[in-house]
Amino acid sequence: MNNKIKKLLNSTLIQIILLMGAVVMIVPFVWMFLTSFKTISESTQMNPFVILPSKWRLDAFKSVMSKMNFLRLYWNTLVLIAGRIFFAVITATMAGYALGRLKFPGRSLAFGLVLFQMMVPGQIFIIPQYLMVSKMGMLNTSFALIFPGLVTAFGTFLLRQAYMNLPKDLEEAAVLDGCGIFARFLFVMLPLTRSSMVALGIFTALFAFKDLMWPLVVNTEQTTMPLSAALAKIQGQYGSNYPELMAASMLACVPMIIIYILFQKQFIEGIATSGSKM
Amino acid sequence: MKRRERTKFNLKDFLWGWLFLLPTVAGLLILNIIPIFQTIYQSFFKTGAFGKGNIFVGLQNYKKLFSDASIWQALFNTFKYAIIEVPFSIAIALVFAVLLNKKIRGRTVYRTIYFLPMVAAPAAIAMVWRWLYNSKFGLLNHLLNSIGLESVNWVADPSIAFISIAAVGIWSVVGYNMVLFLAGLQEIPHDYYEAAEIDGANAFRQFFAITLPCLSPTMFFVTVTRVIGALQVFDVIYMMMDKVNPAIYKTQSLVYLFYKYSFVEYNKGYGSAIVVLLLAVIMAITAVQVYLQKKWSDA
Repeated sequence: MNNKIKKLLNSTLIQIILLMGAVVMIVPFVWMFLTSFKTISESTQMNPFVILPSKWRLDAFKSVMSKMNFLRLYWNTLVLIAGRIFFAVITATMAGYALGRLKFPGRSLAFGLVLFQMMVPGQIFIIPQYLMVSKMGMLNTSFALIFPGLVTAFGTFLLRQAYMNLPKDLEEAAVLDGCGIFARFLFVMLPLTRSSMVALGIFTALFAFKDLMWPLVVNTEQTTMPLSAALAKIQGQYGSNYPELMAASMLACVPMIIIYILFQKQFIEGIATSGSKM
Repeated sequence: MKRRERTKFNLKDFLWGWLFLLPTVAGLLILNIIPIFQTIYQSFFKTGAFGKGNIFVGLQNYKKLFSDASIWQALFNTFKYAIIEVPFSIAIALVFAVLLNKKIRGRTVYRTIYFLPMVAAPAAIAMVWRWLYNSKFGLLNHLLNSIGLESVNWVADPSIAFISIAAVGIWSVVGYNMVLFLAGLQEIPHDYYEAAEIDGANAFRQFFAITLPCLSPTMFFVTVTRVIGALQVFDVIYMMMDKVNPAIYKTQSLVYLFYKYSFVEYNKGYGSAIVVLLLAVIMAITAVQVYLQKKWSDA
């Protein structure tokens, strides 16, 4: 009996701690949501303080959408994310297979290069990368957004681990069947690293979406910016029109949040894989 | 026979290996390795007025860097940010992860909510926090006032602003750390806890005797990556601190100054010198962490 009460108390305590944490984590999102439906005067009224908007107005959304071309921003962001995933997964899969499965001179040197890149703070690449894009005349293009993500040291590392952990027998069986290296890679080994490829894709997508400095540097025209940079730019222009700022934030975040909620298992597993395989 | 096969140079492996590596190695060289040297090279130059030409100035950028009080302050700010963000984000994430590792109601829902900031645009996060922190109309001050406390100048008071900023940093990254810890926790065999239970060890004892030691590889990884990430803090400061904010001097980070000098004032030489300093700081700290880890795991 005593034990039961203790257990109940224990689980109640755990629930209270977790609930408090959840409230802190979610309140900013709730406040963003509520503010976006308010008028300016409602949002700044202190006496009495307004929590729920008196009416669910879409004025702030309409106004923001007339000032910013959201379709364009979604498209730019999609191109950025898709482009980064495409190049990251292809180059990292190939390099990961070579580093994890084949033995040849120069392999350790190449792997050293990968490790070295991962230890260096990313900002050190930005000025030369910017100058390269600028010299190519590619500022304010989708190419500029994707450019730093054409290859990925982190992804190569991740996929190398995945290939190294695959059992040897499989490949040996394929060799006996007369498979060449390329066929072995494409039809036998590659399908087995699916979970790592998905992890890399999710990791790449999240960080492409959240990247702020690079888009701010290369794409300064409204029409070529992704969401992150466009959102950063409006703060100065809208001043303290918080309903509009919050409406724009909602529009920028909601698609990714929906994708996340639909594929949360993959998201969480992907991020867990990307961390625990190190 | 077998040994000969191992050491034998395999032409096919060599050709295919380098063919597969070619895009990555070429890309890393062009996009990353050469740019490191270009940035170091650039740091010995001064960008002429209107971006015209480069003038070699030798060590002048570095002399300026070491006598520039705002750089030292920014380095100090960066450390201050990291010293708050890293331990708190790790400790809170660890508590959440340990609690969520049990069979409790609403597990997935909590996990989904804690991870939510990771899928939000940093600019949106910064704007909503600015709004919550707003000294006149913000929700936080309203809550303080309603329990009879004075309003706080969250982002404009130089002695508080860095804490407010670090709090946003912690809030943003807790879910990420938690997911990594959860993955680490799931690898700990259940028998350990069962054995401890039989021996009569309570939850706290179990945490310190089993969970923490078994989690140390994950802990090491999270700590190293978090320290590196925190030392590169930029987004929150860039978005939350206006240029005219009286607290900017006490909050701006090294990367913030790098961005400002390189892309707002177009002094790429000085910007390069700042980022070379950052490189040196991060390399040194990472080396110390790896050394400590080695010593600790050998002991």
